[in-house]
Amino acid sequence: MNGLESFGQDPWWLVGLKALAIFVILVLLTLFSIWYERKVVAWMQVRPGPNRNGPFGLLQSLADGLKLAFKEDLVPKAADKIVFLLAPMISTVCAFTAFAVIPFGPVVSVFGVETPLQLTDLPVAVLLVLATSALGVYGIVLGGWSSGSTYSLLGSLRAAAQVISYEIAMGLSIVAVFLTAGSLSTSQIVAAQQGGQEVTLFGTSFTIPGWYALLLLPSFIVFAISVVGETNRAPFDLPEAESELVGGFHTEYSSLKFALFFLAEYINMVTVSAMATTLFLGGWQAPFPASWWPGANEGWWPVLWFFLKVLILLFGFVWLRGTLPRFRYDQFMRLGWKVLVPANLLWIVVLAAVRAGTQQPEWSAQWVGMIGGAFLLVLLVIWFWPGRKKYEQATEPDTGLGGFPVPPLDLQVPPSPRVKRLTAEREPVSVSAGDDATAEGKEG
Amino acid sequence: MNLLADALASGTVTTGEAVTFWILAPIALGGAIGMVLARSAVHSALLLACTMLSLGVLYMLQSGPFIGFVQIIVYTGAIMMLFLFVIMLVGRDSRDSLLETLRGQRLAAIGLGIGMALLLCTGLARGIGSVTAVGLDEANANGNVQGIAADLFTKYVFAFEVTSALLITAAVGAMLLAHVERRKGDRPGQKELSRLRFRKGNYPGPKAGPGVFATSDSVATPALLPDGTESERSISPVVPVRELTPAEAAPKGTDGGKRK
Repeated sequence: MNGLESFGQDPWWLVGLKALAIFVILVLLTLFSIWYERKVVAWMQVRPGPNRNGPFGLLQSLADGLKLAFKEDLVPKAADKIVFLLAPMISTVCAFTAFAVIPFGPVVSVFGVETPLQLTDLPVAVLLVLATSALGVYGIVLGGWSSGSTYSLLGSLRAAAQVISYEIAMGLSIVAVFLTAGSLSTSQIVAAQQGGQEVTLFGTSFTIPGWYALLLLPSFIVFAISVVGETNRAPFDLPEAESELVGGFHTEYSSLKFALFFLAEYINMVTVSAMATTLFLGGWQAPFPASWWPGANEGWWPVLWFFLKVLILLFGFVWLRGTLPRFRYDQFMRLGWKVLVPANLLWIVVLAAVRAGTQQPEWSAQWVGMIGGAFLLVLLVIWFWPGRKKYEQATEPDTGLGGFPVPPLDLQVPPSPRVKRLTAEREPVSVSAGDDATAEGKEG
Repeated sequence: MNLLADALASGTVTTGEAVTFWILAPIALGGAIGMVLARSAVHSALLLACTMLSLGVLYMLQSGPFIGFVQIIVYTGAIMMLFLFVIMLVGRDSRDSLLETLRGQRLAAIGLGIGMALLLCTGLARGIGSVTAVGLDEANANGNVQGIAADLFTKYVFAFEVTSALLITAAVGAMLLAHVERRKGDRPGQKELSRLRFRKGNYPGPKAGPGVFATSDSVATPALLPDGTESERSISPVVPVRELTPAEAAPKGTDGGKRK
């Protein structure tokens, strides 16, 4: 295959080692990100957060996890036993599998073997992540269904509808990356973002930055919004809306099975952050120009940049949770289907037109591409320009007789005769004092 | 099977491929048989998804990674999920009726199924046995995705366009049939509902809850009005009114079994 020669050459022990490393990293990262989330939310709400176990409370999530494992494992009487057991396993396995194609760094030497810091890569690696997230929904849906509880079923129905609709928006936002990078393999998408791109337009040439977050900003925005919906995180946490559905699909789960769902949710969060890093933020490449420190993109340093970017994106997740209230279901669906999907489709057409235009050798063809792209962009802006409904005067006035049984708006309450007498007897010291007396008299 | 045996004999099938095949093929077959035999509709759907997943991996094994992942994403991820969605809405406990309405249909179905399988097997065996696989390297020369894209957008572009037009027509038609356009005045608004509620002869307050002022907290026990008569409005019309026996009305021992 083209460009993937360095994969599939590893000895068996190295493959095992990489798989084990990914497992350990993901479990540790889950423990860490639970602590991180609680600490960041606490910081936003001006309170200390977990600070008892270990330095800075770092061992809090470990303690919670151990406690969870020793809890009684309940299986509801109405549950479908096999599916009830299967659901959290599906969720967790899918969450772990997706990380197999995430590149952590360039080719390094491990015990004398030159190998890329990535378990494996395929010509269609990004599709693997989409496939695992599509299968991960089964865990949620089956978990909710097999519990035999109304809240769980409602939660899982919401989850299914939500994940399927937002997967479309997510898949479409990645299409722009495929178009620009010319590949579906994660390592090559990272390589395609290396350095700036020289673009010649109308005779002048300039360098545009390589990160797709800058180059394909609309795609990045849609991707960022849709992955929040995809991972069921606030403000799109409708499947487990605790104020409406108790716990959503995992209401009936306890002990280790619940822990597996929890693990899967946090791993999914890490996975989509890693995907956003890989597809849009330059992957493991250093977040500054290569001329600044030439050795930054070699050896084991890229792992640091990669995890820094992932942690910043995780902070974004927590920030959203700390800031935004939950969406209503119809608003959420409208956003997905009526805004994200059509905007994305239009953007892909614009991008294709611009690319076709810039790749033409002749001037006239460039112009056609440019003007077509600009026209589509204007269309897009007009289409999605936020409008506000004008206030319509009610055709029939609410007099309180034929309409609602409410008092009229211009109601004047006559002062009670007792207050009148009181104010007449007392000489007011000042105007405000007199007003106070009136108010007190009314209340009394 | 013949092709596989040939390939095994000539050594073109790697060990990994053979191992994966012998693991996945029984799973796919078992899933397909289980799907027919399973009593619960959700179990059937799950077993079918399992079969589709195995097929997807088998495609990847045959140097078609793109079609394999698309199989998983589209069939297992989207279409089976929609199936499951509908089945779940039907309800957890609804199982197929085991009464046979057509006499002997089961036997006929088994016979026809076996006949179909035999026909397919012999046809495939005859077809594959004399065919040697060629052209895989040429098809994947520029990469698997690029090869599919080239075919899709040159040779088969009209076929796909026609199919998509057909599908869109069907989708729009289904939507048109299912969609009911309501004008603004068709549905009673808050004002109309409020007027209805306060009209003469209607009691505007909430209905008495079941079990209020009653001797038992069962939903079947009607509420008692202040004058001691039973309020018919307090119980659902589908719940029959009945007197509870003393044993039923007794506390159910929720206080830790202290009561005898």
